[in-house]
Amino acid sequence: MPRYADVEAGTEIAARDLPIRRADLVRYAGASGDFNVIHWNERVAREVGLPNVIAHGMLTMAKAANLLVEWAGDPGRVEEYGVRFAKPVVVPDDDEGATVTVTAKIAKKLEDNRVRVDIEARSDGEKVLSLARAVVRLD
Amino acid sequence: MPLDSSFIGREYPPTAPYEVGREKIREFADAIGDEHPAYRDAEAARGLGHPDVIAPPTFAIVVAMPVVNQAAFDPELGLDYTKVVHGEQKFSYSRPITAGDRLVGVLHIDNIRSAAGNDILSVRAEVGTEAGEHVFTSTGMLVARGTAEEK
Repeated sequence: MPRYADVEAGTEIAARDLPIRRADLVRYAGASGDFNVIHWNERVAREVGLPNVIAHGMLTMAKAANLLVEWAGDPGRVEEYGVRFAKPVVVPDDDEGATVTVTAKIAKKLEDNRVRVDIEARSDGEKVLSLARAVVRLD
Repeated sequence: MPLDSSFIGREYPPTAPYEVGREKIREFADAIGDEHPAYRDAEAARGLGHPDVIAPPTFAIVVAMPVVNQAAFDPELGLDYTKVVHGEQKFSYSRPITAGDRLVGVLHIDNIRSAAGNDILSVRAEVGTEAGEHVFTSTGMLVARGTAEEK
């Protein structure tokens, strides 16, 4: 578990390529209860002007948080987490699906052993989450 | 049709309790690909100081969604849900959501505005136990694309 005294602003804490496939969307729909058809029905997605089925923004937000949790060591240490959904993650109907590249860095040391972590998530070169920030309490 | 701005400041009645189940937490953690043992193993969670297995941070949306849906599907407010996209989402936690919690949410409409032809609804769900302990606050922005009046 990282210690507050040892961390420095500007340090990258994690970076990873995360795959999102159609099966992940079906599974997330079931687990979350969000059955919006634009996440699983290509015909409807195109009818409403999307290029294809898109991932739940909340799934991208959740997967980005996994890096944070892994780094913090205890999910209960995440005190705040917020994102703006900048662009949808388009998930093609193939075995690879979409890839979201997530990086997280310590943006600032706050009071009371807290740090602000800034997250960046890109897919196809474009930012899909912006202003993605978390506050994590360390020892 | 534009949204009725007289709804700004409105508070909805508390929702029926959502009971947080261990298997639902596990299912959610599997779905998002988070392998942390605190979601699956009560002993591991207790080792970190939690009374039982806890939920991943974004599990809060599962509890918040029925709270927010009171506004999203309120015919008097008039949000066209077929055109809604999620613009922003933020959670602030007083403590982790824990298996066995029975959570009640109160929805507040913080703002309604139009921008670039879209209706933008800002909602806040204050979620806590039946006994009144605050667990988390969910603030979200829902955007209904192209539903606002042209000016």
